Amino acid sequence: MTSAPEITVEGGASIDGVPLFAPLCLVLEAGKWTCLLGGSGVGKSTVLRLIAGLQTGAFFDGAIHASDGQVVAPRVAYMAQDDLLLPWADVARNVTLGARLRGEKPDAERLDRLLGRVGLADHAHKKPSELSGGQRQRAALARTLMEDKQIILLDEPFSALDARTRADMQELAVELLQGRTVLLVTHDPGEAARLGQTIAVMSQRGLEHCAVPSSPAPRRVDDIEMLETQGALLRLLREKAA
Amino acid sequence: MKLGAPLAATVFALLLWQGVVMFTALPRFILPGPLVVAEAWWANRAVIAENTLITGLEVLIGLVVGSALGAATAIQLASSRTARVLVQPMLVFTQALPVFALAPILTLWFGYGLGSKVAMAVLIIYFPVTSSFFDGLMRTPGGYLDLARTMQASRRAILWQIRVPAALPSLASGLRLAAVYAPIGAVIGEWVGSSRGLGYLMLLANGRAKTDLMFAAMLTLGLLSVLLHLVVRKLTARMAGEAR
Repeated sequence: MTSAPEITVEGGASIDGVPLFAPLCLVLEAGKWTCLLGGSGVGKSTVLRLIAGLQTGAFFDGAIHASDGQVVAPRVAYMAQDDLLLPWADVARNVTLGARLRGEKPDAERLDRLLGRVGLADHAHKKPSELSGGQRQRAALARTLMEDKQIILLDEPFSALDARTRADMQELAVELLQGRTVLLVTHDPGEAARLGQTIAVMSQRGLEHCAVPSSPAPRRVDDIEMLETQGALLRLLREKAA
Repeated sequence: MKLGAPLAATVFALLLWQGVVMFTALPRFILPGPLVVAEAWWANRAVIAENTLITGLEVLIGLVVGSALGAATAIQLASSRTARVLVQPMLVFTQALPVFALAPILTLWFGYGLGSKVAMAVLIIYFPVTSSFFDGLMRTPGGYLDLARTMQASRRAILWQIRVPAALPSLASGLRLAAVYAPIGAVIGEWVGSSRGLGYLMLLANGRAKTDLMFAAMLTLGLLSVLLHLVVRKLTARMAGEAR
């Protein structure tokens, strides 16, 4: 895999002339995790969808570009809060969905390796309904990795999980997504403080960058500096909402 | 399989029927009792069997052709906005027409034999199949579509690998409705003009005041419909259950 690019999003968005978010400049550092934190409805998912080239219902006045000058959208892999596993297909077919949709032959070796890494080697032929919530999200992570893209867009992928499973998934994701440019959209200050190498808080007024704990991500769940950051982020979120 | 409840319901219905006959003491050419009907059924078993076969064939062909046409239309509508704009209003309008009123003209167009009955069955099931499958195709969860788009899938791949499988439960409910409607279509066709089939037999028996035979033919038709419904239910169970 060639090295992951840096992505810059510059501009503002509006819906029917009503501003959704003011002009902002968000930089996703190459090969690092950027956490975009914000309350509901501030347009953080819209930013992610714009990068992915998906429909947003908003008018975006600005530009998205990659440091290597190539088009961004075809190089992203996307993971959402809903695992989006197709209920009629087993885990293996879900993980290889991208290749099958493009009419390519799925790489069986790579599939086996990835299922092993997310701990689903014994579940390849199970339907999603036979899996637990955590297993389903691991299958979704394997599907995201199977795409082998340089830019990974995560739209609150862990927020529907219980606390323990969420912490496990966060660590697994950091381990497996190493070297890729990752954007994590979240409303959870704790998640941002644990995983972010850059943390930006989004509100109607724009973007505010926050100090990041000095230890490398994923930080321990009881890391003092991480907890302080979490507190500071929550305070900031509440001020912005006021 | 639990047979207790249906069996009890059947026995209850027969007793009720016999009770009404005994209570009202109507002559057997007005309302025959279950025993009389059973006798008539046995005495005419060859005729009934032959005509059941005819009606069954009309229904089966109608069901296959109507379902295929309906499914194809739904896919066409779902994949083309132009088709939706041009065809959908027409489809809805034709549903406002009483299909039964078309039966005589169908006999004129497709003849006295099998063709006009199949056409009637096709007409009557075409809309429910089209409409339920189309609804399913237009209600694909948005997340699946987003995911497929980020995977650079073509519209065609999205249609066949995501939208169609996601809509199969809707198609299944359309087909189950069709299994119930198709015999109605075939019998209406037979009433308007035919020399064979259960519908024809019912008219014939009625005209000759053989009410017991009329009832026997009607009950056979009912059984045929129920059987067909059960078979279609079974065949579509996988379709309806898996792709939830």
